[in-house]
Amino acid sequence: MEVLLNDFSPGLFIVQTILLLGLIFLMVKFAWKPILNSLNEREAGIEEALSAADKARTDMQNLQADNEKMLQEARAEREAMLKEAREIKEKMIADSKEQAKLEGDKMLKQAQTAIESEKKAAVADIKNQVAELSVAIAEKVLKEDLSSNDKQLKLVDTMLSDIKLN
Amino acid sequence: MMQVSNTIKTLLQLLILCFSLQSFALSDAEPKGTVSSKEQVDAYILHHLKDSHDFHLFSYSNDAGERKHVGFPLPVILWSSNGLATFMSSEFHHDDNGQVIVESNGSKFVKLHSKIYELNAGASSVNFDEDHHATNAQKVLDFSITKSVVGVLLVGLLMLLAFSSLAKQYGKKKIPTGFGRVLEPLVLYVRDEIARPNIGEKHYRKFTGYLLTVFFFIWVLNLLGLTPFGFNVTGQIAVTACLAIFTLIIYTVSGNKDYWMHILWMPGVPVFVRPILAVIELAGAFIIKPFSLLVRLFANISAGHIVIMSLIAIMFTLKESLGVAGATGLSLVLSFFILLIEVLVAFLQAYIFTTLSALFIGMAVAEHDHDHHHDEAGHEVADTEDVRADFI
Repeated sequence: MEVLLNDFSPGLFIVQTILLLGLIFLMVKFAWKPILNSLNEREAGIEEALSAADKARTDMQNLQADNEKMLQEARAEREAMLKEAREIKEKMIADSKEQAKLEGDKMLKQAQTAIESEKKAAVADIKNQVAELSVAIAEKVLKEDLSSNDKQLKLVDTMLSDIKLN
Repeated sequence: MMQVSNTIKTLLQLLILCFSLQSFALSDAEPKGTVSSKEQVDAYILHHLKDSHDFHLFSYSNDAGERKHVGFPLPVILWSSNGLATFMSSEFHHDDNGQVIVESNGSKFVKLHSKIYELNAGASSVNFDEDHHATNAQKVLDFSITKSVVGVLLVGLLMLLAFSSLAKQYGKKKIPTGFGRVLEPLVLYVRDEIARPNIGEKHYRKFTGYLLTVFFFIWVLNLLGLTPFGFNVTGQIAVTACLAIFTLIIYTVSGNKDYWMHILWMPGVPVFVRPILAVIELAGAFIIKPFSLLVRLFANISAGHIVIMSLIAIMFTLKESLGVAGATGLSLVLSFFILLIEVLVAFLQAYIFTTLSALFIGMAVAEHDHDHHHDEAGHEVADTEDVRADFI
């Protein structure tokens, strides 16, 4: 302890105190203040940039989510429209089928009645012709000489072929 | 870019200078030198640990057997009984035993064991008692530009140059280049690892300037002490005392109400114990804390210098038993490894001094808005801050 105290130089202590005070003052004024200020500024800048990037990212995500939602909605709408169109188409086809069937039936009926009436007219006509033919044949038969059997048969044949030709 | 390469060139030149000087210093230990016996080595080491009035680089013996000293004198500034006296240290002619008397401003001065004494009026030579203490001379207030002062000035200048150039760089660009790129992480380290965690987010800004200055001051001076220039600034008790007292003043002045309450009239303690504890706390705040700071730095650096010099001295103290090559090899290997450790210690001591200063300041400005937890009996439960303080 005595040696330590003996080694302690008050002069050096005073000189060191003055120099250290000066050094602290100069360092704070010319070095630490500007350095620390710039460092703080830079850190604040970095923090700001980071938070801005963060915000941009969330914005982007929101935008993407919105897009996705809109796309979903559009898709659903398209689906609904397609479904509706299909339904309409099917309904139209069914309707037209029904109508066609009805029309066809109606035409068929008309045709049938027309045929029927034609048939009736034809039959009546045939009946008339048959009657006329019968009368004509009878007339001819009566006019011809019915002497022989052969002649009779021949006559009948010619008459029949006449009818055919008719 | 030019500036950077110039800086590097200068540093290289300095480095080369260091090594060339070291080789001179080693040649000092040649057998024909005067420092060879164990007693001479002890005296030399003790002499080195002390501050010196001239800048001694090396000594050698010339062909005529004369001892020659190489170095340069430094100004001596004294406050004597007759007022200010100034002269160059070369006037003592390297005498350290009170033989050479220098007259200046009407007073007679002698140098004795690196201290300057003023002879009493009428005395013409120094008289010694049995313990080799001067009986007819008084110590004077010595403001000389000693070797330590030169070291302080040198380091202060280096710090100012280096860090103000770093500060200037920020004006032009966001990220420093060159040597500034080395300095910036160090500044950030002190701010983020020492000041901020120990003082607290709210107050650290005010004290960072002081802590940065002290950190780099001690670190660079410690490193300078490891060069062959033989500085031993942080091993001067006056220097470490000054640093410790700065810290003491800062934390005493900035101590808040809670800090003083915890020292003088601590809550949660029986009233009759409080005065006793207050005495202990006061002693802790004003004596123990600064004393631990100043002694730790002083002792570590002095011890480092003693160990390195002793290991270098192996070269000639063990010459008889190990031979020249053996002693030299052993000395070089051991002192090399201790030097590596000392480089670490140089940083470590700067770190410890700064961290403890920050911690003491932090304890003084801590706000107890978080409220100490009290258990059922109303006693305080120690929080981390107090626990941490107990370890110091």
